[in-house]
Amino acid sequence: MHRTSAGSLAEIEVMFRHPLIGFVAQRIALGGVLLLAASVLIFAGTQILPGDVAQSILGQSATPQALANLRAELGLNEPVTTRYFNWLFGVLQGDLGKALTNGQDIATSMGGRLGNTLFLAGWAALISVPLAILLGLIAVRYQGRWPDKLISGVTLATVSVPEFLLGYIVMFILSVQFRVFPSVATVYDGMPFFDKLNAIALPVLVLVLVVLGHMMRMTRAAILNVMQSAYIETAELKGLRPFKIIARHALPNAVAPVVNVVMLNMAYLVVGVVVVEVVFVYPGMGQYLVDHVAKRDVPVVQACGLVFAAVYIGLNMVADIVSILANPRLRHPK
Amino acid sequence: MNDELHHLLARTVQGRMNRRGFMGRAAALGLTAAAANTMLASGLQAATPVKGGTLKIGMQGGGSTDSLDPALANNQVTFQLLKLYGDTLVELDPAGGPVHMRLAESVESSADASVWTFKIRKGVQFHNGATMTPADVLATLRRHSDEDSKSGALGIMKGIASMKVEGDSVIVTLTGPNADLPYLMTDYHLVIQPNGGLDDATAGVGTGAYKVVANEPGVRHVFEKFAGYWDDSIGHVAAVEITVINDNTARSSALQSGQVHMINRVDPKVAKLMDRAPNLSVKNVSGKGHYVFIMHCDTAPFDNNDLRLALKYAINRQEMVDKILQGYGSIGNDMPINAAYPLFDASIPQRAYDPDKAAFHYKKSGHDGTPITMSTSDVAFSGALDASALFQQSAKAAGIPLEIKREPGDGYWSDVWNAKPFCASYWGGRPVQDQMYSTAYLSTADWNDTRFKNPAFDKLLGEAKGELDLDKRKALYSRMGYMVRDEGGLICPMFNDFVSAISSNVQGWETDPNQDLMNGYAPHKCWIAG
Repeated sequence: MHRTSAGSLAEIEVMFRHPLIGFVAQRIALGGVLLLAASVLIFAGTQILPGDVAQSILGQSATPQALANLRAELGLNEPVTTRYFNWLFGVLQGDLGKALTNGQDIATSMGGRLGNTLFLAGWAALISVPLAILLGLIAVRYQGRWPDKLISGVTLATVSVPEFLLGYIVMFILSVQFRVFPSVATVYDGMPFFDKLNAIALPVLVLVLVVLGHMMRMTRAAILNVMQSAYIETAELKGLRPFKIIARHALPNAVAPVVNVVMLNMAYLVVGVVVVEVVFVYPGMGQYLVDHVAKRDVPVVQACGLVFAAVYIGLNMVADIVSILANPRLRHPK
Repeated sequence: MNDELHHLLARTVQGRMNRRGFMGRAAALGLTAAAANTMLASGLQAATPVKGGTLKIGMQGGGSTDSLDPALANNQVTFQLLKLYGDTLVELDPAGGPVHMRLAESVESSADASVWTFKIRKGVQFHNGATMTPADVLATLRRHSDEDSKSGALGIMKGIASMKVEGDSVIVTLTGPNADLPYLMTDYHLVIQPNGGLDDATAGVGTGAYKVVANEPGVRHVFEKFAGYWDDSIGHVAAVEITVINDNTARSSALQSGQVHMINRVDPKVAKLMDRAPNLSVKNVSGKGHYVFIMHCDTAPFDNNDLRLALKYAINRQEMVDKILQGYGSIGNDMPINAAYPLFDASIPQRAYDPDKAAFHYKKSGHDGTPITMSTSDVAFSGALDASALFQQSAKAAGIPLEIKREPGDGYWSDVWNAKPFCASYWGGRPVQDQMYSTAYLSTADWNDTRFKNPAFDKLLGEAKGELDLDKRKALYSRMGYMVRDEGGLICPMFNDFVSAISSNVQGWETDPNQDLMNGYAPHKCWIAG
């Protein structure tokens, strides 16, 4: 009894001293620091936007009196540092403030938009990530032969076409000509789940086509790299089937670079899809951000910037941690 | 009935094809004259409004920053939302005649047009069940004329000295005579709200034909018919659904794929192609909005009237209408007024492209021949960069060197417009001449973006305000038109059309030059046929 508890305590102590924990903790701390730095940059960036907030909100038909009133109400006359710290403390307490333009609570309205973005990105990732890895495996299996060339050719072609054009092409064919899917992907609260899926079919298709090539090529390259190793030769000599060698022996050792590129693409699906959102009229974060930048609605722009930075830093952190975990030398230290 | 016949019938019913033409085409499609006649009769009968259904509209000009507060409305979508959920006291006439009565039953003025009495309609209900009273009207007008308000209508409310309720009426006393006050009261910001919106301006509660069901700014707005609406003659469809689609291609695809019934702001580049599609039709009406180049009359070298005239003669208006607007517009005459305005004098001679006269005035101005810098951006108006290049070429032919300076679109309205001495710009037009001139051509106007300061002009403007005799007013406006045309800093090559498109099962479309989508009444006046 005594011995066991002493033993487990020692084990816990070992675990804490385990280099893996250190690495992971370091990554998370670094992420926090990066996010703070990003918040300074975002705030500084919004301060140097050209044009005047009040003028942008009221438009061409604003009188000087109305402009002056709005400026005073928005607190635009206070010093920059005061405004930064007020904002930062607000954010730390979960208060993102209210939109200047329409007075809506930012956390609420952005929450809905973020949900939509994650819904779209989630489905695109759910389809594209397994598909890219599978296609990568097939390309390696038939390296240099027609399946490899076909897969590479098609995915490279879809990556090379600008997203908006790809959007218009699928819209013209699948929506206007054949009326299979709707061209307007507007989703809203209370919309039945399958209607939602039907609505986002085209944007998901475009996003999959856009990110597929990058991930597929990276998977292919990383696995081919591993395929030169001695243990693959051993596996071949054991008489394993080629596909099994690739999937069981090569892929696990190629995980680090593949996870990195997958995370980069997932970050893109969240923060970089504004063009697709505009083309398909999808109510996501990108569209929301662009509208508010145009109106100089600074609190909203800052909040969006912060969320985007957090997503980007978070996903990269996950990629780093997975790479660390995937490295057997770090997982089983001497 | 086959599709082509259906299409022909729709065109005939809409008055775009005459009866004879229809019979001829029907015969060519193998229909007997009797059958064609019967069909036409039933087609014409279908022109009585069908009640019910959901009208879906795809609109450009909205964003997630939009608010339901009438004071803050400043784009196409918020304009449309106000028309749906609210009513103004009076409304513009599609044919340019006197104003129509809405929440006011009658409007009367004192002999000198400085005291106006609006008799308020009785028994009108707000969406929240309360009855609209003259006190609500007064509170609404007070809110918009409050110096602290952020209302887009503040400028036009400034001429009001005092307001009060007297029995069923609201009495407005002006600081000076203004025969156009009823027109000013048609301003779309001035929808009547319970207690003037002082309790909650963004509630979206009004007296309009449709009440707000869902409001997701920049995404979609859903309305349903308000059962207690006071005016039975309009509001045929049971629900209206507006989807904000800012991308031109996405908007036309949505109409073509049948996801919406109606879209606004059709890109002139594709309008002709769209009109050929059998299941939809393009509707255009020449409006009051104009694409302009503006010069500051008080800044060198534009302080020289000969140089201004040289530039006015050096622009090819017809070419611009053909190439920039693809024919969906009309040529301008260097004044902000066209035939869409009441009391327009059509006898003012049209200025045309004349390189010789341009060269003559350019030489007379004594300009040193250095390139004249013109600031431009596609934000000013769609196609402004191309229009600037055309202007540069036509001026070059007259020996006038123009230099195009591309400005960033971001901040164009605060950093370039009304700041740089020579730039491309856009004006949306105003209901009446007085308001257009008072807004941008009066010496003391905030948005005198041409720095046109002419005491004689200001005096005429004041005189016209108090002149109740229409012929005399027309003559005064004519003289003012000449002044701006010959001495002002405005180069106005073209007025753009409002171009919309509807699918062929939408009926009841009328021509209304006052604003987009039948001045915002398309959802009220149109219906969906079977």
